Amino acid sequence: MTAIDVTPKGAAAPEHIPYEPPRQIRWTSTGLLLAFLAVFPLLFPNPAVTSIAVITMIFLVAAIGWNIFSGYSGYISIGHAAYYGIGQYTVALLALHAKVPAGWDTFGLLPVAGLVSAVAAVPIGFVVLRVRRHTFIILTVAVMFILQLLAFNLVSWTNGSGGLEMSFPTWQGSYFNEPFYYVGLVAAIVACAASWWVRRSKYGLGLLSIRDDEDRARGLGINATRTKLIAYAISAFFVGVAGGLYAPFIGSVYPQFGFDPTFDLAIAVLVFVGGIGTLSGPVIGALLLIPLQQYFYLQFGNANLYLIAYGVLFILILRLLPAGIAPSVTQLWRRALIARRRAAARSPAVPALAGQSPAGQSPAGQSPAAQSPAGGLPGAPPATAAVPHAGGDEVAR
Amino acid sequence: MSILQVSDVRKSYGGIQALAGCTMTFEEGAINGLIGPNGSGKTTLFNVISGYETADAGRVTLRGKDITNARADQVFALGLGRTFQITRIFPRLTVLENLHVATQRRGFVGQLRSWKSGAERSRAMEVLDFVGLTPLAEEPAGGLSYGQQKLLEFAFITVAKPSVMLLDEPAGGVNPTLLRGLADRIRSLNNEGITFVIVEHDMEFVMGLCDRVLVMHQGCALTAGAPAEVRANPDVLEAYLGSDMREAG
Repeated sequence: MTAIDVTPKGAAAPEHIPYEPPRQIRWTSTGLLLAFLAVFPLLFPNPAVTSIAVITMIFLVAAIGWNIFSGYSGYISIGHAAYYGIGQYTVALLALHAKVPAGWDTFGLLPVAGLVSAVAAVPIGFVVLRVRRHTFIILTVAVMFILQLLAFNLVSWTNGSGGLEMSFPTWQGSYFNEPFYYVGLVAAIVACAASWWVRRSKYGLGLLSIRDDEDRARGLGINATRTKLIAYAISAFFVGVAGGLYAPFIGSVYPQFGFDPTFDLAIAVLVFVGGIGTLSGPVIGALLLIPLQQYFYLQFGNANLYLIAYGVLFILILRLLPAGIAPSVTQLWRRALIARRRAAARSPAVPALAGQSPAGQSPAGQSPAAQSPAGGLPGAPPATAAVPHAGGDEVAR
Repeated sequence: MSILQVSDVRKSYGGIQALAGCTMTFEEGAINGLIGPNGSGKTTLFNVISGYETADAGRVTLRGKDITNARADQVFALGLGRTFQITRIFPRLTVLENLHVATQRRGFVGQLRSWKSGAERSRAMEVLDFVGLTPLAEEPAGGLSYGQQKLLEFAFITVAKPSVMLLDEPAGGVNPTLLRGLADRIRSLNNEGITFVIVEHDMEFVMGLCDRVLVMHQGCALTAGAPAEVRANPDVLEAYLGSDMREAG
């Protein structure tokens, strides 16, 4: 008995062109970014700037959390503001009723805000995850509005439309924003670590298979309901933490701002622009768009022109980089790598690679590109893969 | 001895009765062929057995254990894997990742660990090597040709080491060279003790490979027997195999 041979006669195994930059480049860029973020308030101590940085960190945590569920499972949730609001109310209510002093002690409530959101996500997820695609999206929006209505109407708990006021921390003045910024940065690093773990774990592979074909995944032993529900709860945890950080920073919680539908749109836009289903997509999206949005708001906020400027930017990015920034940049890098190898292969100084298949030796029923990963070119896959790959930071869709 | 038993299974889609009290037994350790004209209920039977669809009535047992209307993941965990007539792979995952989706791990800790870790990787590479897809291991599966996708689907069922494999038209769209290799692989796995149930329209492939052939017609089992018996059965020849086979016979 012999193995099945799908390669053309005489063809050597073609060289694989990786779908993502080498590890050292990824680790170096991550390290540089972390170092920059760590010293950012020292470089730009202006409170107007650090205030934008805090909002950016909050959205960054939420975007990474949202991507853990929606990016990896393919279930687009437009109702995660539910958990943003739950996180805000958890911190505000605990601070008010448990007499938690404003300041560093309030930050200790962030994991609680996340846990309450995650626990709330379990029964909600159990219901909404029974449906797929458009119905799922509508249900998530409906749940968010139901929670907003509850916040308006459970006056004895939430003070209704009057909202809840929180005491401001003991630290004031020029350094008011920095503690919020660094707590947000730590939360973002934890969220990134969780996202990285999900992407590389056996559990996460099940989640990615659900994104591609849920029924097929079930048929390979993946308990899809449990897998999605866990991701939904993890996602809600980080969005809840983001909400829990936002409430003491602003100093108040209101139903319409806690359970805010525009929050969901903003998160989805960030992740789509950065690259949905990738590790770095939400990071790039949040770090690029939130400061820009805040800047536009400060510059043109009076006449709402900032929304137009923001919209134009969004359209431009989607037009030029439809797969999102991270996947598109990775694709460009790969194309450049392929072009370089092609040039090297053509060079007379370099001997022809053994992987080149002689013309006319195509097995029946297969396209030349399919016979060899090199797509007919020795040592190089086609410059544009028919189906983009979702692994790591490479193309997600 | 039977490993898989289907008793009086019924399934309707509106007014269409796809399975009308189907009863059949699949022998353990055999390569069972399941044939019949289009619309006779073969794929519906596969769907019901493998948990992709629920039966309206009847019973399905695997090694004596009732798996009627069990979920697809539960059926797979019990050792029954299947492929599809139109391949269903995970196009945005790499070929290697596709294989690892099917590897079974128990326990919370196992789920936390990297999918690349453990002996699973060497097992996956071994299977991948056998189906000749090793050079494509790191490529997105959606970029493979249809025939290669068939092999990949076959491979990721194989990697999980099921006791029963249901193959729905494995020869469809596969070139003759690959088909011979596939038949060899099926025989090899069968020698290791895996039971096969193969739905196939390529009669040469079925008659040459299967130990036993079962025939379906209008949602019911019509007859079963050795390939030669089925081939010689005038009713089968007339009603289900068509004139081509009669002439060939």
